Amino acid sequence: MPQTSAETGTGATEDTAFEIAVSTRNISKNFGDVEALNDLSLEFPLGQLTSLLGPSGCGKTTLLKIIAGLLEPTSGEVEVNGQKVTGPGPDRAFVFQDFALLPWASVIRNVAFGLELRGVARSEREAVAESYIKQVGLAGFENAYPHELSGGMRQRVGLARALAVDAEVLLMDEPFSAVDEQTRRKFQEDLLGLVQNQNKTFIFVTHSIEEAVYVSDQVAILLPRPSRVSEIIRPSSFRGKGVDNIRRDPEYLDIVDEIWTSLRRYVE
Amino acid sequence: MMNRSLTLKVLSAVILFGAWEIAGHIPVSFAFPTFLESMGALMRMMGDGTMLDAYAETLRPLAVGIAISAFLGIALGIWVGLSRFFDWLFSPIFIVMQAAPLAALIPLLVLAYGIGLTSKVLVVCIMAMPVIVLNTAGAVRNTPDSIKEMGRSYLATDLDVILKIIIPAASPVIFAGLRLGISAGFIGAILAELKITPTGVGDIITYSRSIADYPSMYAAIFSIILLAVLFLNLLERIEAVLFKGNQRGYASD
Repeated sequence: MPQTSAETGTGATEDTAFEIAVSTRNISKNFGDVEALNDLSLEFPLGQLTSLLGPSGCGKTTLLKIIAGLLEPTSGEVEVNGQKVTGPGPDRAFVFQDFALLPWASVIRNVAFGLELRGVARSEREAVAESYIKQVGLAGFENAYPHELSGGMRQRVGLARALAVDAEVLLMDEPFSAVDEQTRRKFQEDLLGLVQNQNKTFIFVTHSIEEAVYVSDQVAILLPRPSRVSEIIRPSSFRGKGVDNIRRDPEYLDIVDEIWTSLRRYVE
Repeated sequence: MMNRSLTLKVLSAVILFGAWEIAGHIPVSFAFPTFLESMGALMRMMGDGTMLDAYAETLRPLAVGIAISAFLGIALGIWVGLSRFFDWLFSPIFIVMQAAPLAALIPLLVLAYGIGLTSKVLVVCIMAMPVIVLNTAGAVRNTPDSIKEMGRSYLATDLDVILKIIIPAASPVIFAGLRLGISAGFIGAILAELKITPTGVGDIITYSRSIADYPSMYAAIFSIILLAVLFLNLLERIEAVLFKGNQRGYASD
């Protein structure tokens, strides 16, 4: 059975003591009069993938951008590896929903862009970029431009760029929502491999229940008005059964159903 | 594909010049020479050095004016695009400048700056700069937020964001502004020579008209248009070399 904890805050560490990579404490964020987040606390275990799942308007992307240091919380604080976040840092890399590639730059320059901004020498950063381009399966496209690639390939470039800076925490903002269904399934399988091999902490925003349950070690359900963490679900049994068996595992199906039941009334 | 575009260019030139030739033969007007007469006059003036002397004179205010408009215009445009305050401060000036009937204002310029190079450079700048500044500012302001955010998340400094993201992203529109501005600058240079003191190409136009040597007049007009077209083509090449990936639109298409 899935372990669930209905309390916010320390829910994730209740049963098993995970090492915490990222924690957000009492985060509130207002945009003018609009309250996007209210006193939200959440912890993200090291080396695992945590999804932020919720209906639109629940502030999940806002929370991700606050963790990234792109937005400043109105109150509360974020810690990454015990360090307080005051802005973007080398310990976090971001994967964008709309890819955010530089259209005038080739694939290799896009992938190396994070390193370029860090002042890494050209030959060195291109060597690093090349190896990650290979790893995401884009070998041979180093000198192509983004407009020559399909949506899925563009997001592979975005992913390679995030991996190339070798940050401990990967922040992914609905990374697969703009690619087609088949590519998305492939991405989800690849992501599981990545989580296993990279020893990085992944924070993954999605609006797809199936996707969240499929890829996550821990799913945090966010609800809007007022924005809060309603539930943290840790799928326990199907992770080791291989990517092909997850979607027909009874626990997987139960969790998907259960989440839908609790989200249903928030969807207009 | 290159060949097809070249064929089309040659074809459209042939049609245009053919129509010109026919119109000259009808004739549309006593003052309208045929294409071949005009080309003959052009060859003659190029042969005897008239053209060379004229362009030595005309190119000075043109080159200085365009250089100032391009560099100052782009710099100001970036500034205006980045800061609401400078937008408020400068934009109205350039909007007024763009809308002003310049020919009517030239006497004022002459009053203030005399009939020398300064006035002519100013005319070129007033013609060229507003569209360069306004286009650049608009393009800078409209840089997609997501790539600026991407830059910041990968630790770009403010200067990095401007140099490596905003300027390249704005470059297609900046170049469009440059093209418009520079063609306006060519018009300004001739306007200055017609309205301030007849020198260079403007002198050939004025003088040929006064002695009814219409082929020479049209040859001079033709030559300045040709020069402008060649220059704009060069600009396009420069853009293609600098920002290769921009040629076919955006990744977000």
